[in-house]
Amino acid sequence: MTTTKTPSTAKPPTAPWRTSISERWNNLSRFQQWVILIPVVVLIFALPWLNPPILTTEPGYDFSIAMFDVARYCLIAIGLNVVVGQAGLLDLGYVGFFAIGAYVAALFTSPDSTLWKIPYLAAVPLAMAITMVFGIILGSPTLRLRGDYLAIVTLGFGEMVRLFADNVDALRGNRGFSNIGAPPGTRENGEPLFVNFDGKPWYVLCVAVIIIVLILAGNLERSRVGRAWVAIRDDEDAAELMGVPTFKFKIWAFVIGAAIGGLSGALYAGQQGFMNNQKFDVLTSVLFLAAVILGGSGNKVGVLLGAFVVAYVPLRFLSIAEWKFMIFGVALTILMIFRPQGLLGARQRLLAYGRQAYQRLVGRGEMVSSDTAMSAEKGGLMNGGSGAPK
Amino acid sequence: MHHVVSSAHILAQESDSWINTDTFIDLFWANTIGGLEYGSIYALIALGYTLVYGVLKLLNFAHSEVFIYGAYATWFTFFLLGFRPGPTPELATGELIAFLLLAVVVAMLVSGTTALVLERVAYRPLRNRGAPRLAFLITAIGASLVLQQILFLWRGGNAEQAIRLLRPETLFTVGSASIQNLTIIIVVASILMWLVADTFVNRTRFGRGIRAVAQDPETATLMGVNKERIIMLTFVVGGLLAGAAALFYMMKIPQGAQYNGGFLLGIKAFAAAVLGGIGNLRGALLGGLLLGVIENHGQALFGGEWRDVVAFVLLVLVLMFRPTGILGESLGKARV
Amino acid sequence: MTEKNKNEPAPGGIVAEVAQMTEVELREHEAEVADVVATDREFAVGQGETLLEMDNVTMRFGGLVALDGVSFDIKRGEILGLIGPNGAGKTTCFNAMTGVYRPTSGQVLLEGKPLGKTTKHKITRKGIARTFQNIRLFDEMTALENVVVGTDARHKTSVVGALLRLPRHFAEEKAAVEKAMALLEFVGIADRAGDKAKNLPYGYQRRLEIARALATEPKLLCLDEPAAGFNPAEKDELMELIRKIRDDGFTVLLIEHDMRLVMGVTDRIVVLEFGKKIAEGTPEEIRNDKAVIAAYLGVPDDDVA
Repeated sequence: MTTTKTPSTAKPPTAPWRTSISERWNNLSRFQQWVILIPVVVLIFALPWLNPPILTTEPGYDFSIAMFDVARYCLIAIGLNVVVGQAGLLDLGYVGFFAIGAYVAALFTSPDSTLWKIPYLAAVPLAMAITMVFGIILGSPTLRLRGDYLAIVTLGFGEMVRLFADNVDALRGNRGFSNIGAPPGTRENGEPLFVNFDGKPWYVLCVAVIIIVLILAGNLERSRVGRAWVAIRDDEDAAELMGVPTFKFKIWAFVIGAAIGGLSGALYAGQQGFMNNQKFDVLTSVLFLAAVILGGSGNKVGVLLGAFVVAYVPLRFLSIAEWKFMIFGVALTILMIFRPQGLLGARQRLLAYGRQAYQRLVGRGEMVSSDTAMSAEKGGLMNGGSGAPK
Repeated sequence: MHHVVSSAHILAQESDSWINTDTFIDLFWANTIGGLEYGSIYALIALGYTLVYGVLKLLNFAHSEVFIYGAYATWFTFFLLGFRPGPTPELATGELIAFLLLAVVVAMLVSGTTALVLERVAYRPLRNRGAPRLAFLITAIGASLVLQQILFLWRGGNAEQAIRLLRPETLFTVGSASIQNLTIIIVVASILMWLVADTFVNRTRFGRGIRAVAQDPETATLMGVNKERIIMLTFVVGGLLAGAAALFYMMKIPQGAQYNGGFLLGIKAFAAAVLGGIGNLRGALLGGLLLGVIENHGQALFGGEWRDVVAFVLLVLVLMFRPTGILGESLGKARV
Repeated sequence: MTEKNKNEPAPGGIVAEVAQMTEVELREHEAEVADVVATDREFAVGQGETLLEMDNVTMRFGGLVALDGVSFDIKRGEILGLIGPNGAGKTTCFNAMTGVYRPTSGQVLLEGKPLGKTTKHKITRKGIARTFQNIRLFDEMTALENVVVGTDARHKTSVVGALLRLPRHFAEEKAAVEKAMALLEFVGIADRAGDKAKNLPYGYQRRLEIARALATEPKLLCLDEPAAGFNPAEKDELMELIRKIRDDGFTVLLIEHDMRLVMGVTDRIVVLEFGKKIAEGTPEEIRNDKAVIAAYLGVPDDDVA
């Protein structure tokens, strides 16, 4: 080892507090990380029961349902983040996928539908599969073209889904579908566990889904797929010339995003128990986008934060609910000028082979360049690496 | 534009078959002429998209709001002139012309100013910071939302009640089509506006600047073109045209001033610009007129509720088979 | 960003390690690096055979003829220089080879097979990699990641495989990081492997581009003005690097303005002017070629160093 400075002294004085938190986190061994993570996750799961006075949305809005709404937005934001944050594709019709997922769940479980019925838990993967097909149909003509065409086509797509919902008889327009299915399970008193007036079971289910999706999305992020996405976002032509099949990976990003959108739609339909053609307008798409951008697109923690803000604030402070689109519109515009990376900023970790890559860097005694101006960038990296078990 | 219920729509609903070829044939001329009316409005809005796209390679989502501000300006002009929703007033021709001219000037000024403010406040800071493309698109969406919400919070979600100054009158008929005074005014005035815009871009010093920046911003700057001023000018010209379109739109659909009323028109106008070849002024005109006509015939064939789907399907088809549009993309390469 | 005069690489790290090595150790170290960089390459095979052939390639853009019936061969294991005044069509040549443009007429053949409509990323996989005249790195990625993206061109992990972390993913990731580090060492910038590409000094960025291109395991490496903005000492180092790359079994096509560098490193040179080939031969022949001298005398700036 020829490292001349210890990581802590190499930390630049200008490092923002945020870096120091992520530094400290990355400094921990995996075991230590789990020791902290598990109680945090348990706490998150327990939130609807705890109903903390600071957080509560009552009496205006049932807290357990509010928390489910927040969780739903988090899931949506994670999905949209794959498309917008990671691959850099602007999808303005995300509500369309959400709606398709919801409609598939309704069509296959509600007694109002003429289709044959399947259990709710089977309808959810079906909803994902169908939204993926729509993702391919929409993505293949547009993803070969410039990014802004995708934006307008997806914007149109969201509107078309709404028009179909309004006008196709089988989709029942404003009358909608009632008694949409739910997962099985009963309480002690024999009542079904998943009911639409109690958000708690739905919340737990949604958080569990979020954790699984986060792990899978993280797997993709730290693989050739995630690298390809970032390369496409940075310089699509150069990526193509370096052997990245850009079209294929863009389609994948789009389709994976669509699947997660469909999943959250199916969850939404299940929790609501009833759904019709309302609430699938463009503004909702923009709200989804705001959730991704506000916290920091490309950064999973940031995206969760953004989703929390977008979903929670209007429920907690009902008096400003009417102003929410205005507020988030202004926030988007200002953020793009002053902090385009979002509140939390971009990822700090390598996109290659996780800890082993850091170890490789540090094991060779790197990072001793005299270039302190950049240290802020690599602060997390350096310290993350040196903290890894040797 | 769900509120637009034309005769074709009603007829289509009465028919049982999925595709109403009879309606299509019966109303061919009526729909073609009606389509030209809408089409010329689309064309004027499309010019704004095309100009900004040509110069900045930016899809200015907020252009639909620039347009709807013009629509509100028209409505308020009528309102402040003392007209109220209700029956169309009896006006002398001279008065009518003066009021309409006043309205178009106000609408153009309001839309032009909106576009200018938009450029200054939202886009310019991004350019100065060398922001990535995605940031521009997100800003466009954000700005669009803000402009829309200003109207919503101020005037509420409902459309302003119709104020009509010019009573539609049939002047003569061509086949199934009755040519109204409105038709003539809208189509002729739109084409005139387009001609002015085309001349401006192709024949004047400013227009040369616009084309130079569209073709190669760096070289243009080196050659002494003030890029920032040209960009500003482009936004303003687009805004002025959108303002004119707004008056025509309000003459055609007097109840059209609604906070989110620009959204669908914006998508359609953009589709028109892509159809004709984005960045190409002639393309915007051709694309707009074609889209208007196709949309009307599509409505006759499939029913009025699918009217808006036609434009979208057309956009996707164009992108699949001829992404550069019918006339190609060529603001920069336009003749000198 | 552009630290053009950065002669000395940063102290410490691998650089210090290498500096302390003896001559023999150094050679062994280099061999080791070359081994990782060019693992399963058949570089002794077919030396001197035609690798790539430009067959009467014409490129037209509207009324402008950028390339006019250009034909030349690149042979395995050689360093071919492509020179000419500004706007002679050198970069257009690169673009025609790498699939950025399709020739208006004529064709490009790699190992005797026409590239035809092969897409850009497939051409890279067939074995042509390039660097860019105006550096085009993935700014938000670290140097290491940039190179790993290059290695991904040879990877077979599917999206599902990456999603579920199947064994191939781990094997390929591990190999990729090893190889990328070795490549960074090879081009001499391993000390900044963890820095974002946009934060690297100019000279490092140029070298990183080379490392990234090499990571795709190209048969032919196309360097587009790799020495632009370098000082003489840096140019010498670059010359050394290009030779090393060739000695490891790569074929190199080099666009360069600096005559000293081109004359010093290439085996053969092709000269373009106004989209036409005006000469082809060894550096010695080119130096004495009347057409070339005339072409360069007509150029006002001091391209002829």
